Amino acid sequence: MFPFNFEWVWDMSHMVFMGGLWYALGILGAGMTFCVIKAILDTASGKGGHHH
Amino acid sequence: MDSALIPKGVKRCPIWQFALGLGIAGAVLLWGVYAMFLCWFKGLNQTNMNDYYGFALWIWADLAVIALGGGAFFTGLLKYVFGKDELKNIINYAVLIGFICYSSALLILAIDVGQPLRSWFIFWHANVHSMLTEVAFCLSCYFCVLTIEYIPLILENRQLDKVPFVHNLSHSMHEYMAVFAATGAFLSFFHQGSLGGVAGVLFGRPFAYREHLFIWPWTFFLFTWSAAAYGPCFTLLVTRITEKIARKQLVKDATIQLLAKIAGWMMFTYIIAKIIDTIYWATTTAPSLGFSLKEFYSNNPVYGFSILFIEIVVCGVLPAVMLVIPKVRSNRLLLTLATVLAVIGVSLNRWVMVLQVMAVPVMSFDTWVMYYPSWQEVATTILPVAYGVILIMISYRYLPIFPQEAELNPLEPETPVAAEMDSQEATEADADPELTPAEA
Repeated sequence: MFPFNFEWVWDMSHMVFMGGLWYALGILGAGMTFCVIKAILDTASGKGGHHH
Repeated sequence: MDSALIPKGVKRCPIWQFALGLGIAGAVLLWGVYAMFLCWFKGLNQTNMNDYYGFALWIWADLAVIALGGGAFFTGLLKYVFGKDELKNIINYAVLIGFICYSSALLILAIDVGQPLRSWFIFWHANVHSMLTEVAFCLSCYFCVLTIEYIPLILENRQLDKVPFVHNLSHSMHEYMAVFAATGAFLSFFHQGSLGGVAGVLFGRPFAYREHLFIWPWTFFLFTWSAAAYGPCFTLLVTRITEKIARKQLVKDATIQLLAKIAGWMMFTYIIAKIIDTIYWATTTAPSLGFSLKEFYSNNPVYGFSILFIEIVVCGVLPAVMLVIPKVRSNRLLLTLATVLAVIGVSLNRWVMVLQVMAVPVMSFDTWVMYYPSWQEVATTILPVAYGVILIMISYRYLPIFPQEAELNPLEPETPVAAEMDSQEATEADADPELTPAEA
């Protein structure tokens, strides 16, 4: 999973599989972080009525 | 009692009726949990799996629920990426059903691996030459996507929504949902495909083996295609069942018809591809490996040609044609029949690709080996169904799953006495400190 795991090899298989996994996790993590930060900033600026 | 938690403008059954339903589903759930712990503590000898059947009922259930849960990724793709805005009226329910299906699949896998505490090995010590590793990666990541899609629904609960931060979080997650939905569609494409690919690459099993396009066998594309086609049918079927139980219409006909039409055309094109694949496999691939079609469907008590006919014609061509014809799909009864056939069809396809693959003799000294699941396997397979029922009950009661429900079912004007009692209840609910809106 990480380059410091003993069985890690810098070959195409590892780069495709692990690259795909970290790419997907990166998008999800970054997306959620962005949403949480935006919600905090919106709340701090007084937004957040009870109706959409 | 819980009226303060119920969405505005809709009516729900009395709490005792709700609790009774939860109790019945909960009893079935406990039976499954008991069997699950038996499997974990005593080992996989609790099952009827053996050297012939390394994959059995659980893997069929896994593949079936993943295909049926495909309605979430495909509806999300249609709404957020292709701009079919009408589907906003059913997307919440598609997400909930997808969430239940995928969490069930992960639960079944957690039982199947026998040592769930070592599940993380598949990530930490990944075998990067296995299609199942790709499945595990995509399945886990897609479950994260479904959780992200389900969270805003929970946050929209009437009481939670009063908290400004929660309201803002739900709002911002909705705003950027297209990013998550697109990622989910990408992940689904690969894990649905790889589940089919696992069967297609088995060159030692001529019943499953298929020709390849680059590194992917045809089953890779057929599995993804079938999940996109049949998944929405399951969403439509569960919506219909929910409407029957709730005794009210929850989604407008225009939305149902649009999703049914898209699912119908997807099924129609899929079943043509499936027929071409079957003919090529029967006339070219299998004979090149020394087998005739007849050998796959004879000399055994279960797997005759009828199973092929039921899967492709009765539960494939027939529902596809029914959904494609506007007059037929606009009839509610026929629409429900078509979705039932479709759900049976895709489940049967997964059964054949898991169980029949194992049953067909390969070596000259082999015979057909039949498999009957143990009660522990049956109980643990029914467990996710009970869990799904419970989650749907709770979500339907407390979350705004169906945006059109209030409009389709306006509440009757209250009588003065009833209004007074309701007002008293509301005052009591407001006075309940547990239900007081939190402050940011």
